[in-house]
Amino acid sequence: MKNLLAALLWLPASLLAAGSGYPLDHAPIEPRDLVSLQSGARTFVNYCLNCHSAQYMRYNRLSDLGLTEPQIRDNLMFAADKVGETMKVAMTAKDGKAWFGVPPPDLSVIARSRGADWLYTYLRAFYRDDQTASGWNNAVFPNVAMPHALWKLQGERDYEVVAHTDKAGHVGIERNWKQLTPGTQGAIEYDRTVRDLVNFLVYVGEPAAQSRKAIGIVVLFVLGVLYVFAYAMKKAFWKDVR
Amino acid sequence: MSSRVMALWEWFDSRMPSVAEEWRKHAAEYYAPKNFNFWYYFGVLSMLVLVIQIVSGIFLTMNYKPDAALAFGSVEYIMRDVPGGWIIRYIHSTGGSAFFVVVYLHMFRSLLYGSHREPRELVWIFGVLIYLTLMGEAFLGYLLPWGQMSYWGAQVIVNLFSTVPFIGPDLALWIRGDYVVSDVTLNRFFALHVIALPLVLLGLVVAHILALHDVGSNNPDGIEIKKNKDAHGRPVDGIPFHPYYTVKDTAGAVVFLAIFCIVLFFMPEMGGYFLENNNFIPADSLKTPEHIAPLWYFTPYYSILRAVPPLFDSQFPGVLAMGVAVMVFFFLPWLDRSPVKSIRYRGPYWKGALAVFIFVFLMLGYLGLEPTTVWGQLGFDAFFLDTKDRATWVARACTVLYFAFFILMPWYTARDKVRPVPDRVTM
Repeated sequence: MKNLLAALLWLPASLLAAGSGYPLDHAPIEPRDLVSLQSGARTFVNYCLNCHSAQYMRYNRLSDLGLTEPQIRDNLMFAADKVGETMKVAMTAKDGKAWFGVPPPDLSVIARSRGADWLYTYLRAFYRDDQTASGWNNAVFPNVAMPHALWKLQGERDYEVVAHTDKAGHVGIERNWKQLTPGTQGAIEYDRTVRDLVNFLVYVGEPAAQSRKAIGIVVLFVLGVLYVFAYAMKKAFWKDVR
Repeated sequence: MSSRVMALWEWFDSRMPSVAEEWRKHAAEYYAPKNFNFWYYFGVLSMLVLVIQIVSGIFLTMNYKPDAALAFGSVEYIMRDVPGGWIIRYIHSTGGSAFFVVVYLHMFRSLLYGSHREPRELVWIFGVLIYLTLMGEAFLGYLLPWGQMSYWGAQVIVNLFSTVPFIGPDLALWIRGDYVVSDVTLNRFFALHVIALPLVLLGLVVAHILALHDVGSNNPDGIEIKKNKDAHGRPVDGIPFHPYYTVKDTAGAVVFLAIFCIVLFFMPEMGGYFLENNNFIPADSLKTPEHIAPLWYFTPYYSILRAVPPLFDSQFPGVLAMGVAVMVFFFLPWLDRSPVKSIRYRGPYWKGALAVFIFVFLMLGYLGLEPTTVWGQLGFDAFFLDTKDRATWVARACTVLYFAFFILMPWYTARDKVRPVPDRVTM
């Protein structure tokens, strides 16, 4: 146990150096864009919800996105009977482990642990790699167990890191992407698909986020009014204190 | 109507006069110095946050499940399915950090104006006990969401006890109730967080206030207002706590609540400092996170722990240093030998030492949030270098200065050049 403590205190530093260092793109998400959120929801249920659950998210909560319950039931519910159910998958954690090596993580709060920028970059950084079991690898998350679920949209790509030294002697890294086969979507269209999906995942991470800010403005206004009275009362009582 | 209420009150008062008596003693006729400034809000604000935490905590327990299989999900259930649940949860998580913000500022006030000095040593000691209990309460509560940081943070802290010579491993086992942090640990931490420590905390707060009201409040000039009384025996520079400070503190509390609500409603994670990103990953006993850092309010001590090199393959020296770094606060009233209390009349030694201490405390706090590699490595080799991480050496220097502030205090406070203290408080 003593050694475990030492490991927990100092080993992390050595592990950190093993990160991919891939620069993250800024995710251009717009949490109030309902069209984007609906499109993201569609991508999510079609491509992600086969292996990944969002087990804390209820289907009927998607009414936040401007959808009616019949719309949710007809367009987004493939894996559940009742609209009040949560987004579970038929695949068990045991199956997942057998098929992929690790069970696919639940995505309910993935945007809160990974962050939007990471997800946005990660989902656009898959490349073909015959060294891995799935045939796919990822520049942001090296040797990730997940295959490229959106590959038909993006097409197959190749990725290469080239280190080179410039005239001044600085070592630079060049990251080269090459499209091997075309996808059904062009690069810009695919970025938009991923943007919408990440937008949706951010929403799923905290469905109350938008109402939270709206309530916050009202609360601050009330406190502001309260302060005017509290300050006036303080002034009145303290006028004779010198 | 009002005569009926008065009659009812008289009926009550004639049977239980102690209520009115205590009200007079602690509010209407408790004379506080009239020159309290900004720093004097944080005592009342600490009490306000305590109330906020107790009330929001009660509502959280209505839906939280202290069960390793259900805990993480129950928090998300509160965040999504319980009406208003997310507000309650964010109040409690923001309140946890806010508690330390106001308590640290409250303690800093003591250092500024000498509130720990005679005759207020007991007030100070109860205060340090509150601080210690609060640290325990925060640590226990942080396990409950059962995320990765909850789990591994608890793993690290409980393992600190295992470094104690001879009894360590058994002690850690006794605390955990298992060989690793598990469902058993979660259950007992829940019990301690929800019942035991809040009771201790409330008791200590009562003792803190009773001790204060027996000796009376200090003030920014560090003058005893009781030495200067009028014909009625009331301090000339004192004003009744109620209504003067109740109305003043009300205004202060509203400002505090506004800042609190800005965090709560617009940045509840506070950039990962109040709610860590990794804590949105369910606890996994098989997967150690890349970087374990405690929440910001523990990081100065965490830095000290990491800074002290192991001795004979044991981390105990670091653990000991960390413990002493907290416990040393108890001795402050006797380490401080200055003839004056307030920084207003102290000399350059104290002002310099306090400035260094604040810098060092903040620096240790920052370094504790970062991996030891944050500033890269030293570029040379030497026999005394057990680590080349620059940040570790800075943390070591800061640790030495941290302790020097206390150890050298009797020396530099006694020799400081102080200015004469006035007879009456200045507004």
